Amino acid sequence: MAAPLTFSQRWLPVATVLLAVLALWYAGAIGLNRAGAVERVLPNSHPNGDWTVSDLVSVTLNMERPVLPAPHQVAADLYSSTVDWPLDSPRNLLFHAAVTAQSTLVGFVLGTLLGVVLAAAIVHSRTLDRALLPWIVASQTVPVLAIAPIVLVILGSLGFSGVAPKATIAMYLCFFPVTVAMVQGLRAPQRIETELMHTYAASKLQAFWLLRLPSALPYLFPSLRVAIAAGLVGAMVAELPTGAQAGLGARLLTGSYYGNTVGIWSALVLSALLGLALTLAVAALERLVLRRGNAA
Amino acid sequence: MHAPERPAAPPASPASVATQAAVDVRRASVVYPSADAPVHALSDIDLTIAQGEFVSLIGPSGCGKTTLLRVIADLEPITSGQVLVNGLTPHDARLARAYGYVFQAPALFPWRTVLANVMLPLQIQGRDKAAAEAIAREQLGRVGLTGFERKYPWQLSGGMQQRVSIARALGFEPKILMMDEPFGALDEITRDGLNDQLQQLWQRERRTVVFVTHSIAEAVYLSTRIVVMSPRPGRILKIIHSTLPDARTLDMRDTPEFMALAHEVREGLADGHGGH
Repeated sequence: MAAPLTFSQRWLPVATVLLAVLALWYAGAIGLNRAGAVERVLPNSHPNGDWTVSDLVSVTLNMERPVLPAPHQVAADLYSSTVDWPLDSPRNLLFHAAVTAQSTLVGFVLGTLLGVVLAAAIVHSRTLDRALLPWIVASQTVPVLAIAPIVLVILGSLGFSGVAPKATIAMYLCFFPVTVAMVQGLRAPQRIETELMHTYAASKLQAFWLLRLPSALPYLFPSLRVAIAAGLVGAMVAELPTGAQAGLGARLLTGSYYGNTVGIWSALVLSALLGLALTLAVAALERLVLRRGNAA
Repeated sequence: MHAPERPAAPPASPASVATQAAVDVRRASVVYPSADAPVHALSDIDLTIAQGEFVSLIGPSGCGKTTLLRVIADLEPITSGQVLVNGLTPHDARLARAYGYVFQAPALFPWRTVLANVMLPLQIQGRDKAAAEAIAREQLGRVGLTGFERKYPWQLSGGMQQRVSIARALGFEPKILMMDEPFGALDEITRDGLNDQLQQLWQRERRTVVFVTHSIAEAVYLSTRIVVMSPRPGRILKIIHSTLPDARTLDMRDTPEFMALAHEVREGLADGHGGH
Protein backbone atom coordinates (compact mmCIF):
# COMPACT_ATOMS: atom_id res chain seq x y z
CA MET A 1 0.00 0.00 0.00
CA ALA A 2 1.27 3.50 -0.82
CA ALA A 3 2.29 5.78 2.02
CA PRO A 4 -0.51 8.14 3.09
CA LEU A 5 -0.38 11.43 1.23
CA THR A 6 0.93 14.45 3.07
CA PHE A 7 -1.30 17.45 3.53
CA SER A 8 0.24 19.42 0.67
CA GLN A 9 0.33 16.39 -1.65
CA ARG A 10 -3.33 15.84 -1.06
CA TRP A 11 -4.67 19.37 -1.19
CA LEU A 12 -2.29 21.20 -3.50
CA PRO A 13 -3.73 19.73 -6.73
CA VAL A 14 -7.27 20.33 -5.54
CA ALA A 15 -6.49 23.93 -4.58
CA THR A 16 -4.80 24.57 -7.94
CA VAL A 17 -7.82 23.37 -9.88
CA LEU A 18 -10.12 25.38 -7.63
CA LEU A 19 -8.14 28.56 -8.30
CA ALA A 20 -8.18 27.89 -12.03
CA VAL A 21 -11.94 27.34 -11.96
CA LEU A 22 -12.50 30.57 -10.00
CA ALA A 23 -10.34 32.55 -12.42
CA LEU A 24 -12.21 31.16 -15.41
CA TRP A 25 -15.51 31.79 -13.66
CA TYR A 26 -14.69 35.46 -13.04
CA ALA A 27 -13.48 35.89 -16.60
CA GLY A 28 -16.66 34.23 -17.85
CA ALA A 29 -18.83 36.42 -15.63
CA ILE A 30 -17.22 39.59 -16.99
CA GLY A 31 -17.55 38.40 -20.58
CA LEU A 32 -21.12 37.18 -20.36
CA ASN A 33 -22.48 40.06 -18.29
CA ARG A 34 -20.76 42.79 -20.26
CA ALA A 35 -23.54 43.34 -22.79
CA GLY A 36 -26.22 43.58 -20.10
CA ALA A 37 -24.09 45.90 -18.02
CA VAL A 38 -23.44 48.26 -20.90
CA GLU A 39 -27.07 48.22 -21.93
CA ARG A 40 -28.93 48.37 -18.61
CA VAL A 41 -26.72 49.33 -15.68
CA LEU A 42 -24.01 51.70 -16.83
CA PRO A 43 -26.36 54.21 -18.56
CA ASN A 44 -28.05 54.75 -15.17
CA SER A 45 -24.90 55.20 -13.12
CA HIS A 46 -22.97 57.07 -15.76
CA PRO A 47 -25.51 59.01 -17.88
CA ASN A 48 -22.64 60.73 -19.69
CA GLY A 49 -21.15 57.43 -20.82
CA ASP A 50 -17.87 58.25 -19.10
CA TRP A 51 -17.42 54.87 -17.40
CA THR A 52 -14.05 53.20 -17.25
CA VAL A 53 -13.06 49.55 -17.67
CA SER A 54 -12.81 49.12 -13.92
CA ASP A 55 -16.38 50.47 -13.60
CA LEU A 56 -17.48 47.91 -16.16
CA VAL A 57 -15.74 45.07 -14.33
CA SER A 58 -17.14 45.99 -10.93
CA VAL A 59 -20.64 46.29 -12.40
CA THR A 60 -20.51 42.94 -14.24
CA LEU A 61 -19.44 41.20 -11.05
CA ASN A 62 -22.21 42.69 -8.91
CA MET A 63 -25.30 42.73 -11.11
CA GLU A 64 -28.67 41.90 -9.67
CA ARG A 65 -29.67 39.53 -12.45
CA PRO A 66 -26.48 38.53 -14.17
CA VAL A 67 -26.29 35.97 -16.95
CA LEU A 68 -23.49 34.32 -14.97
CA PRO A 69 -23.27 35.38 -11.33
CA ALA A 70 -19.76 35.77 -9.92
CA PRO A 71 -18.57 33.25 -7.32
CA HIS A 72 -18.65 35.77 -4.48
CA GLN A 73 -22.29 36.59 -5.28
CA VAL A 74 -23.19 32.91 -5.11
CA ALA A 75 -21.23 32.52 -1.90
CA ALA A 76 -22.93 35.53 -0.35
CA ASP A 77 -26.37 34.27 -1.42
CA LEU A 78 -25.62 30.81 -0.07
CA TYR A 79 -24.50 32.30 3.20
CA SER A 80 -27.44 34.64 3.64
CA SER A 81 -29.99 32.06 2.59
CA THR A 82 -28.68 29.52 5.08
CA VAL A 83 -28.03 31.83 7.99
CA ASP A 84 -30.55 34.66 7.78
CA TRP A 85 -33.61 32.43 8.05
CA PRO A 86 -34.66 29.79 10.56
CA LEU A 87 -33.97 26.22 9.45
CA ASP A 88 -37.65 25.39 8.98
CA SER A 89 -38.31 28.41 6.79
CA PRO A 90 -38.85 27.80 3.08
CA ARG A 91 -36.50 30.71 2.49
CA ASN A 92 -33.63 28.74 4.01
CA LEU A 93 -31.75 26.71 1.41
CA LEU A 94 -30.78 24.11 3.97
CA PHE A 95 -34.47 23.39 4.46
CA HIS A 96 -34.73 22.56 0.77
CA ALA A 97 -31.52 20.52 0.89
CA ALA A 98 -32.97 18.50 3.75
CA VAL A 99 -36.18 17.85 1.81
CA THR A 100 -34.19 16.62 -1.18
CA ALA A 101 -31.81 14.61 1.01
CA GLN A 102 -34.75 12.91 2.67
CA SER A 103 -36.31 11.66 -0.54
CA THR A 104 -32.87 10.74 -1.87
CA LEU A 105 -32.04 8.66 1.19
CA VAL A 106 -35.42 6.94 1.32
CA GLY A 107 -35.16 6.15 -2.38
CA PHE A 108 -31.56 5.03 -1.95
CA VAL A 109 -32.38 2.61 0.85
CA LEU A 110 -35.38 1.19 -1.01
CA GLY A 111 -33.45 1.05 -4.27
CA THR A 112 -30.56 -0.76 -2.64
CA LEU A 113 -32.92 -3.30 -1.12
CA LEU A 114 -34.70 -3.76 -4.45
CA GLY A 115 -31.35 -4.10 -6.22
CA VAL A 116 -30.07 -6.73 -3.80
CA VAL A 117 -33.32 -8.69 -3.90
CA LEU A 118 -33.42 -8.63 -7.70
CA ALA A 119 -29.77 -9.71 -7.88
CA ALA A 120 -30.38 -12.54 -5.42
CA ALA A 121 -33.36 -13.71 -7.48
CA ILE A 122 -31.34 -13.52 -10.67
CA VAL A 123 -28.37 -15.52 -9.41
CA HIS A 124 -30.60 -18.21 -7.94
CA SER A 125 -32.81 -18.73 -10.95
CA ARG A 126 -31.72 -19.16 -14.52
CA THR A 127 -35.26 -18.36 -15.65
CA LEU A 128 -35.34 -15.07 -13.79
CA ASP A 129 -31.87 -14.29 -15.12
CA ARG A 130 -33.20 -14.53 -18.66
CA ALA A 131 -36.58 -12.98 -17.91
CA LEU A 132 -35.60 -10.04 -15.73
CA LEU A 133 -32.25 -8.79 -16.90
CA PRO A 134 -33.38 -7.42 -20.30
CA TRP A 135 -36.23 -5.53 -18.62
CA ILE A 136 -33.93 -4.13 -15.98
CA VAL A 137 -31.58 -2.82 -18.63
CA ALA A 138 -34.47 -1.49 -20.71
CA SER A 139 -35.90 0.33 -17.68
CA GLN A 140 -32.82 2.53 -17.58
CA THR A 141 -33.06 3.55 -21.22
CA VAL A 142 -36.38 5.31 -20.57
CA PRO A 143 -35.57 8.93 -19.70
CA VAL A 144 -36.34 9.61 -16.07
CA LEU A 145 -37.71 13.01 -17.06
CA ALA A 146 -40.49 11.19 -18.92
CA ILE A 147 -41.17 8.70 -16.17
CA ALA A 148 -41.28 11.18 -13.34
CA PRO A 149 -44.60 12.92 -14.19
CA ILE A 150 -46.29 9.57 -14.84
CA VAL A 151 -45.17 8.18 -11.50
CA LEU A 152 -46.22 11.35 -9.72
CA VAL A 153 -49.68 11.30 -11.31
CA ILE A 154 -50.27 7.62 -10.63
CA LEU A 155 -48.99 7.70 -7.05
CA GLY A 156 -50.87 10.95 -6.47
CA SER A 157 -54.14 9.35 -7.58
CA LEU A 158 -53.44 6.50 -5.15
CA GLY A 159 -53.14 9.02 -2.37
CA PHE A 160 -49.34 9.06 -2.10
CA SER A 161 -47.83 12.48 -1.94
CA GLY A 162 -44.87 14.14 -0.29
CA VAL A 163 -41.80 11.95 0.03
CA ALA A 164 -43.18 8.74 -1.48
CA PRO A 165 -43.37 9.71 -5.17
CA LYS A 166 -40.00 11.45 -5.10
CA ALA A 167 -38.38 8.53 -3.30
CA THR A 168 -39.90 6.18 -5.86
CA ILE A 169 -38.20 8.01 -8.68
CA ALA A 170 -34.92 8.12 -6.77
CA MET A 171 -35.30 4.39 -6.17
CA TYR A 172 -35.91 3.86 -9.88
CA LEU A 173 -32.46 5.27 -10.61
CA CYS A 174 -30.78 3.69 -7.57
CA PHE A 175 -31.58 0.04 -7.98
CA PHE A 176 -29.96 -0.45 -11.37
CA PRO A 177 -26.25 -0.08 -10.50
CA VAL A 178 -26.83 -2.10 -7.35
CA THR A 179 -28.50 -4.94 -9.25
CA VAL A 180 -25.77 -5.13 -11.86
CA ALA A 181 -22.96 -5.05 -9.30
CA MET A 182 -24.64 -7.53 -6.97
CA VAL A 183 -25.32 -10.04 -9.75
CA GLN A 184 -21.61 -9.97 -10.42
CA GLY A 185 -20.70 -9.97 -6.73
CA LEU A 186 -23.03 -12.81 -5.75
CA ARG A 187 -21.45 -14.87 -8.51
CA ALA A 188 -17.94 -13.99 -7.32
CA PRO A 189 -17.37 -16.98 -4.97
CA GLN A 190 -14.95 -19.43 -6.50
CA ARG A 191 -15.94 -22.98 -7.25
CA ILE A 192 -13.85 -24.32 -4.40
CA GLU A 193 -15.67 -22.04 -1.92
CA THR A 194 -19.05 -23.12 -3.23
CA GLU A 195 -18.01 -26.76 -3.01
CA LEU A 196 -16.80 -26.24 0.54
CA MET A 197 -20.28 -25.06 1.52
CA HIS A 198 -21.67 -28.04 -0.39
CA THR A 199 -19.59 -30.51 1.68
CA TYR A 200 -20.97 -28.86 4.81
CA ALA A 201 -24.47 -29.53 3.51
CA ALA A 202 -25.19 -25.81 3.90
CA SER A 203 -28.65 -24.67 2.86
CA LYS A 204 -29.07 -22.17 0.06
CA LEU A 205 -29.87 -19.50 2.60
CA GLN A 206 -26.72 -20.29 4.58
CA ALA A 207 -24.60 -20.29 1.43
CA PHE A 208 -26.09 -16.91 0.55
CA TRP A 209 -25.62 -15.39 3.96
CA LEU A 210 -22.21 -16.84 4.81
CA LEU A 211 -20.53 -16.93 1.41
CA ARG A 212 -22.28 -15.10 -1.41
CA LEU A 213 -23.20 -11.91 0.41
CA PRO A 214 -19.80 -11.31 2.04
CA SER A 215 -18.12 -12.05 -1.32
CA ALA A 216 -20.37 -9.48 -2.96
CA LEU A 217 -19.69 -6.62 -0.54
CA PRO A 218 -16.58 -5.34 -2.37
CA TYR A 219 -18.78 -5.11 -5.47
CA LEU A 220 -21.70 -3.55 -3.63
CA PHE A 221 -20.04 -0.43 -2.25
CA PRO A 222 -18.76 1.13 -5.47
CA SER A 223 -22.25 0.63 -6.88
CA LEU A 224 -23.76 2.33 -3.83
CA ARG A 225 -21.67 5.41 -4.52
CA VAL A 226 -23.01 5.51 -8.06
CA ALA A 227 -26.52 4.80 -6.80
CA ILE A 228 -26.69 7.60 -4.27
CA ALA A 229 -25.53 10.15 -6.85
CA ALA A 230 -28.14 8.83 -9.28
CA GLY A 231 -30.73 8.93 -6.50
CA LEU A 232 -30.05 12.60 -5.89
CA VAL A 233 -30.64 13.32 -9.57
CA GLY A 234 -33.87 11.32 -9.40
CA ALA A 235 -35.10 13.17 -6.33
CA MET A 236 -34.40 16.57 -7.89
CA VAL A 237 -36.01 15.65 -11.20
CA ALA A 238 -39.05 14.45 -9.28
CA GLU A 239 -39.37 17.89 -7.69
CA LEU A 240 -39.71 19.62 -11.05
CA PRO A 241 -43.04 18.45 -12.54
CA THR A 242 -44.99 18.82 -9.31
CA GLY A 243 -43.95 22.41 -9.19
CA ALA A 244 -42.98 21.26 -5.77
CA GLN A 245 -42.83 23.90 -3.12
CA ALA A 246 -39.79 22.42 -1.46
CA GLY A 247 -36.52 20.82 -2.44
CA LEU A 248 -33.44 21.90 -4.32
CA GLY A 249 -35.04 20.93 -7.64
CA ALA A 250 -37.99 23.18 -6.84
CA ARG A 251 -35.59 26.00 -6.04
CA LEU A 252 -33.89 25.55 -9.39
CA LEU A 253 -37.27 25.76 -11.08
CA THR A 254 -38.51 28.85 -9.22
CA GLY A 255 -35.13 30.46 -9.76
CA SER A 256 -35.47 30.05 -13.50
CA TYR A 257 -39.11 31.23 -13.47
CA TYR A 258 -38.16 34.50 -11.86
CA GLY A 259 -34.82 34.96 -13.57
CA ASN A 260 -33.11 34.69 -10.20
CA THR A 261 -29.81 33.39 -11.56
CA VAL A 262 -27.96 33.81 -8.30
CA GLY A 263 -30.61 31.66 -6.58
CA ILE A 264 -30.26 28.99 -9.26
CA TRP A 265 -26.54 28.90 -8.79
CA SER A 266 -26.68 28.65 -5.03
CA ALA A 267 -29.18 25.79 -5.30
CA LEU A 268 -26.86 24.16 -7.81
CA VAL A 269 -23.79 24.55 -5.60
CA LEU A 270 -25.68 23.26 -2.60
CA SER A 271 -26.92 20.21 -4.52
CA ALA A 272 -23.33 19.48 -5.55
CA LEU A 273 -22.27 19.75 -1.92
CA LEU A 274 -25.17 17.52 -0.91
CA GLY A 275 -24.13 14.92 -3.49
CA LEU A 276 -20.57 15.09 -2.20
CA ALA A 277 -21.71 14.67 1.40
CA LEU A 278 -23.93 11.69 0.54
CA THR A 279 -21.12 10.01 -1.41
CA LEU A 280 -18.72 10.58 1.46
CA ALA A 281 -21.26 9.08 3.85
CA VAL A 282 -21.44 5.94 1.71
CA ALA A 283 -17.64 5.78 1.55
CA ALA A 284 -17.50 6.05 5.35
CA LEU A 285 -20.02 3.22 5.63
CA GLU A 286 -17.87 1.14 3.29
CA ARG A 287 -14.76 1.70 5.39
CA LEU A 288 -16.69 0.78 8.51
CA VAL A 289 -18.01 -2.49 7.05
CA LEU A 290 -14.92 -3.61 5.15
CA ARG A 291 -12.45 -2.55 7.80
CA ARG A 292 -12.69 -5.98 9.29
CA GLY A 293 -9.81 -7.43 7.39
CA ASN A 294 -10.95 -7.95 3.83
CA ALA A 295 -7.63 -6.77 2.41
CA ALA A 296 -6.68 -9.99 0.65
CA MET B 1 -11.13 -52.56 -23.74
CA HIS B 2 -9.02 -54.97 -21.75
CA ALA B 3 -10.10 -55.75 -18.24
CA PRO B 4 -8.03 -53.92 -15.67
CA GLU B 5 -6.03 -56.02 -13.31
CA ARG B 6 -8.57 -56.67 -10.59
CA PRO B 7 -7.05 -55.86 -7.23
CA ALA B 8 -7.36 -58.55 -4.61
CA ALA B 9 -9.86 -57.86 -1.88
CA PRO B 10 -8.17 -56.58 1.26
CA PRO B 11 -7.62 -59.34 3.83
CA ALA B 12 -10.46 -59.23 6.30
CA SER B 13 -9.04 -58.22 9.63
CA PRO B 14 -11.29 -59.02 12.59
CA ALA B 15 -12.05 -55.35 13.11
CA SER B 16 -13.24 -54.65 9.59
CA VAL B 17 -15.52 -57.68 9.57
CA ALA B 18 -17.27 -56.54 12.70
CA THR B 19 -17.87 -52.97 11.56
CA GLN B 20 -19.29 -51.47 8.45
CA ALA B 21 -16.89 -50.27 5.77
CA ALA B 22 -16.26 -46.56 5.83
CA VAL B 23 -16.23 -46.38 2.07
CA ASP B 24 -17.44 -49.06 -0.31
CA VAL B 25 -17.03 -48.47 -4.05
CA ARG B 26 -18.35 -51.12 -6.42
CA ARG B 27 -17.85 -51.15 -10.18
CA ALA B 28 -18.09 -47.39 -10.22
CA SER B 29 -17.52 -45.56 -13.48
CA VAL B 30 -17.53 -41.90 -14.37
CA VAL B 31 -17.82 -41.09 -18.04
CA TYR B 32 -17.80 -37.57 -19.41
CA PRO B 33 -19.42 -37.14 -22.80
CA SER B 34 -17.20 -35.35 -25.27
CA ALA B 35 -17.26 -34.44 -28.94
CA ASP B 36 -15.27 -37.36 -30.32
CA ALA B 37 -15.06 -40.21 -27.80
CA PRO B 38 -16.45 -40.28 -24.26
CA VAL B 39 -13.77 -39.78 -21.58
CA HIS B 40 -13.58 -42.54 -18.98
CA ALA B 41 -12.48 -40.61 -15.93
CA LEU B 42 -13.09 -43.69 -13.79
CA SER B 43 -13.61 -47.18 -15.11
CA ASP B 44 -14.97 -50.04 -13.00
CA ILE B 45 -13.48 -49.00 -9.69
CA ASP B 46 -13.72 -51.44 -6.78
CA LEU B 47 -12.42 -50.22 -3.44
CA THR B 48 -13.37 -50.89 0.15
CA ILE B 49 -11.96 -48.76 2.93
CA ALA B 50 -12.38 -49.98 6.49
CA GLN B 51 -12.99 -47.72 9.48
CA GLY B 52 -9.76 -46.23 10.79
CA GLU B 53 -7.69 -46.86 7.68
CA PHE B 54 -5.41 -44.27 6.11
CA VAL B 55 -5.71 -44.85 2.39
CA SER B 56 -3.76 -42.87 -0.19
CA LEU B 57 -4.78 -42.60 -3.82
CA ILE B 58 -1.71 -42.03 -5.97
CA GLY B 59 -1.15 -41.76 -9.68
CA PRO B 60 -0.24 -39.43 -12.51
CA SER B 61 -2.57 -36.57 -13.40
CA GLY B 62 -5.67 -37.71 -15.23
CA CYS B 63 -5.76 -41.06 -13.43
CA GLY B 64 -9.00 -40.14 -11.71
CA LYS B 65 -7.70 -40.04 -8.12
CA THR B 66 -9.31 -36.70 -7.44
CA THR B 67 -12.44 -37.74 -9.32
CA LEU B 68 -12.70 -40.85 -7.12
CA LEU B 69 -12.41 -38.70 -3.99
CA ARG B 70 -14.99 -36.25 -5.34
CA VAL B 71 -17.35 -39.12 -6.13
CA ILE B 72 -17.08 -40.39 -2.56
CA ALA B 73 -17.69 -36.83 -1.30
CA ASP B 74 -20.77 -36.31 -3.50
CA LEU B 75 -19.06 -33.53 -5.40
CA GLU B 76 -19.45 -35.48 -8.61
CA PRO B 77 -22.03 -38.05 -9.77
CA ILE B 78 -21.13 -41.54 -10.93
CA THR B 79 -22.26 -42.79 -14.32
CA SER B 80 -22.70 -46.39 -13.18
CA GLY B 81 -21.91 -48.62 -10.21
CA GLN B 82 -22.43 -48.02 -6.54
CA VAL B 83 -20.75 -45.97 -3.85
CA LEU B 84 -21.57 -46.25 -0.16
CA VAL B 85 -20.17 -44.07 2.60
CA ASN B 86 -20.84 -45.44 6.07
CA GLY B 87 -23.55 -47.54 4.41
CA LEU B 88 -25.26 -44.45 2.94
CA THR B 89 -25.23 -42.98 -0.53
CA PRO B 90 -22.67 -40.18 -0.85
CA HIS B 91 -25.54 -37.68 -0.95
CA ASP B 92 -27.05 -38.90 2.32
CA ALA B 93 -23.61 -39.23 3.88
CA ARG B 94 -22.90 -35.63 3.00
CA LEU B 95 -26.19 -34.48 4.49
CA ALA B 96 -25.35 -36.55 7.59
CA ARG B 97 -22.02 -34.67 7.75
CA ALA B 98 -20.10 -37.92 7.61
CA TYR B 99 -16.91 -36.43 6.27
CA GLY B 100 -14.67 -33.42 6.35
CA TYR B 101 -13.07 -32.38 3.09
CA VAL B 102 -9.74 -30.61 2.72
CA PHE B 103 -9.20 -29.05 -0.69
CA GLN B 104 -5.94 -28.49 -2.48
CA ALA B 105 -6.20 -24.78 -1.67
CA PRO B 106 -7.08 -23.69 1.89
CA ALA B 107 -10.30 -21.97 0.69
CA LEU B 108 -10.46 -19.81 3.80
CA PHE B 109 -12.92 -16.94 3.69
CA PRO B 110 -10.82 -13.75 3.68
CA TRP B 111 -13.42 -11.72 5.58
CA ARG B 112 -13.39 -14.13 8.52
CA THR B 113 -10.72 -14.43 11.18
CA VAL B 114 -8.91 -17.74 11.56
CA LEU B 115 -11.16 -18.60 14.48
CA ALA B 116 -14.33 -17.67 12.59
CA ASN B 117 -13.18 -19.75 9.61
CA VAL B 118 -12.79 -22.82 11.81
CA MET B 119 -16.20 -22.09 13.36
CA LEU B 120 -17.87 -21.93 9.94
CA PRO B 121 -19.00 -25.60 9.62
CA LEU B 122 -20.11 -25.64 13.25
CA GLN B 123 -22.11 -22.47 12.66
CA ILE B 124 -23.75 -24.07 9.61
CA GLN B 125 -24.67 -27.06 11.74
CA GLY B 126 -26.39 -24.69 14.12
CA ARG B 127 -24.12 -25.33 17.10
CA ASP B 128 -24.24 -22.97 20.01
CA LYS B 129 -21.78 -20.12 19.48
CA ALA B 130 -19.83 -20.58 22.71
CA ALA B 131 -19.49 -24.32 22.12
CA ALA B 132 -18.40 -23.75 18.53
CA GLU B 133 -15.78 -21.28 19.66
CA ALA B 134 -14.42 -23.69 22.27
CA ILE B 135 -14.18 -26.47 19.69
CA ALA B 136 -12.53 -24.19 17.16
CA ARG B 137 -9.95 -23.04 19.69
CA GLU B 138 -9.18 -26.63 20.60
CA GLN B 139 -8.82 -27.68 16.97
CA LEU B 140 -6.54 -24.75 16.26
CA GLY B 141 -4.44 -25.82 19.24
CA ARG B 142 -4.16 -29.32 17.81
CA VAL B 143 -2.69 -28.03 14.56
CA GLY B 144 -0.35 -25.76 16.51
CA LEU B 145 -2.05 -22.46 15.79
CA THR B 146 -2.92 -21.25 19.27
CA GLY B 147 -2.45 -17.48 19.35
CA PHE B 148 -3.48 -16.96 15.72
CA GLU B 149 -7.24 -16.95 16.35
CA ARG B 150 -7.72 -13.24 15.69
CA LYS B 151 -5.54 -13.13 12.57
CA TYR B 152 -6.97 -13.00 9.09
CA PRO B 153 -6.04 -15.69 6.55
CA TRP B 154 -3.86 -13.37 4.46
CA GLN B 155 -1.69 -12.73 7.50
CA LEU B 156 -0.71 -16.43 7.59
CA SER B 157 1.76 -18.43 5.50
CA GLY B 158 0.48 -21.02 3.03
CA GLY B 159 1.31 -23.89 5.38
CA MET B 160 -0.50 -22.24 8.28
CA GLN B 161 -3.52 -21.57 6.10
CA GLN B 162 -3.71 -25.23 5.15
CA ARG B 163 -3.46 -26.17 8.83
CA VAL B 164 -6.43 -23.88 9.51
CA SER B 165 -8.38 -25.66 6.80
CA ILE B 166 -7.54 -29.04 8.42
CA ALA B 167 -8.68 -27.73 11.80
CA ARG B 168 -11.86 -26.54 10.10
CA ALA B 169 -12.47 -29.98 8.58
CA LEU B 170 -11.97 -31.74 11.91
CA GLY B 171 -14.03 -29.40 14.07
CA PHE B 172 -17.30 -31.25 13.70
CA GLU B 173 -15.63 -34.62 14.35
CA PRO B 174 -16.38 -36.24 11.01
CA LYS B 175 -15.83 -40.00 10.89
CA ILE B 176 -14.02 -39.65 7.58
CA LEU B 177 -11.44 -37.10 6.52
CA MET B 178 -10.98 -36.62 2.78
CA MET B 179 -7.95 -34.73 1.57
CA ASP B 180 -7.29 -33.76 -2.02
CA GLU B 181 -3.56 -33.08 -2.39
CA PRO B 182 -3.74 -30.85 0.67
CA PHE B 183 0.01 -30.16 0.73
CA GLY B 184 0.56 -30.09 -3.02
CA ALA B 185 1.13 -26.36 -3.20
CA LEU B 186 3.57 -26.19 -0.27
CA ASP B 187 7.34 -26.36 -0.15
CA GLU B 188 8.96 -29.61 0.91
CA ILE B 189 10.04 -28.52 4.37
CA THR B 190 6.56 -27.30 5.26
CA ARG B 191 5.10 -30.41 3.72
CA ASP B 192 7.30 -32.69 5.89
CA GLY B 193 6.18 -30.87 9.00
CA LEU B 194 2.51 -31.12 8.07
CA ASN B 195 2.87 -34.81 7.14
CA ASP B 196 4.30 -35.41 10.58
CA GLN B 197 1.41 -33.55 12.22
CA LEU B 198 -1.15 -35.41 10.14
CA GLN B 199 0.49 -38.71 11.10
CA GLN B 200 0.25 -37.87 14.78
CA LEU B 201 -3.32 -36.70 14.36
CA TRP B 202 -4.27 -40.02 12.77
CA GLN B 203 -2.40 -41.90 15.50
CA ARG B 204 -4.39 -40.08 18.16
CA GLU B 205 -7.83 -40.17 16.65
CA ARG B 206 -7.79 -43.02 14.14
CA ARG B 207 -10.27 -41.41 11.84
CA THR B 208 -10.63 -42.90 8.40
CA VAL B 209 -8.55 -40.82 6.00
CA VAL B 210 -8.77 -40.88 2.22
CA PHE B 211 -5.79 -38.97 0.90
CA VAL B 212 -5.04 -37.99 -2.67
CA THR B 213 -1.41 -37.26 -3.51
CA HIS B 214 1.13 -37.41 -6.28
CA SER B 215 4.04 -37.77 -3.90
CA ILE B 216 5.31 -41.33 -3.38
CA ALA B 217 7.15 -40.44 -0.16
CA GLU B 218 4.05 -38.79 1.27
CA ALA B 219 1.85 -41.77 0.38
CA VAL B 220 4.24 -44.32 1.87
CA TYR B 221 4.89 -42.28 5.00
CA LEU B 222 1.25 -41.70 5.83
CA SER B 223 -0.77 -44.65 4.58
CA THR B 224 -1.80 -48.05 5.81
CA ARG B 225 -2.79 -48.80 2.23
CA ILE B 226 -1.71 -47.21 -1.04
CA VAL B 227 -3.98 -47.35 -4.06
CA VAL B 228 -1.99 -46.97 -7.27
CA MET B 229 -4.05 -45.59 -10.16
CA SER B 230 -3.50 -45.13 -13.86
CA PRO B 231 -5.09 -42.94 -16.53
CA ARG B 232 -7.02 -43.56 -19.75
CA PRO B 233 -9.24 -45.06 -18.51
CA GLY B 234 -8.89 -44.04 -14.85
CA ARG B 235 -8.50 -47.31 -12.99
CA ILE B 236 -6.89 -48.99 -9.98
CA LEU B 237 -3.68 -50.79 -10.92
CA LYS B 238 -2.55 -52.11 -7.61
CA ILE B 239 -3.24 -51.84 -3.91
CA ILE B 240 -0.20 -51.96 -1.65
CA HIS B 241 -0.48 -52.76 2.05
CA SER B 242 2.01 -50.91 4.15
CA THR B 243 4.36 -53.08 6.18
CA LEU B 244 5.44 -50.14 8.30
CA PRO B 245 4.34 -50.03 11.94
CA ASP B 246 1.38 -47.72 12.60
CA ALA B 247 3.43 -45.27 14.63
CA ARG B 248 5.80 -43.51 12.26
CA THR B 249 8.55 -40.96 12.41
CA LEU B 250 10.10 -38.95 9.61
CA ASP B 251 13.40 -40.85 10.22
CA MET B 252 11.74 -44.02 8.98
CA ARG B 253 11.94 -42.67 5.48
CA ASP B 254 15.56 -43.80 5.37
CA THR B 255 14.87 -47.42 6.41
CA PRO B 256 15.11 -50.24 3.83
CA GLU B 257 11.50 -51.14 4.53
CA PHE B 258 10.34 -47.65 3.55
CA MET B 259 12.55 -47.70 0.47
CA ALA B 260 11.16 -51.07 -0.58
CA LEU B 261 7.57 -49.81 -0.27
CA ALA B 262 8.42 -46.66 -2.22
CA HIS B 263 10.02 -48.83 -4.87
CA GLU B 264 6.92 -50.97 -5.09
CA VAL B 265 4.72 -47.90 -5.55
CA ARG B 266 7.07 -46.53 -8.20
CA GLU B 267 7.01 -49.82 -10.07
CA GLY B 268 3.24 -49.90 -9.87
CA LEU B 269 3.10 -46.41 -11.38
CA ALA B 270 5.55 -47.44 -14.10
CA ASP B 271 3.33 -50.42 -15.00
CA GLY B 272 0.56 -47.98 -15.74
CA HIS B 273 2.75 -46.31 -18.31
CA GLY B 274 3.43 -49.59 -20.05
CA GLY B 275 6.98 -49.83 -18.61
CA HIS B 276 8.52 -53.26 -17.86
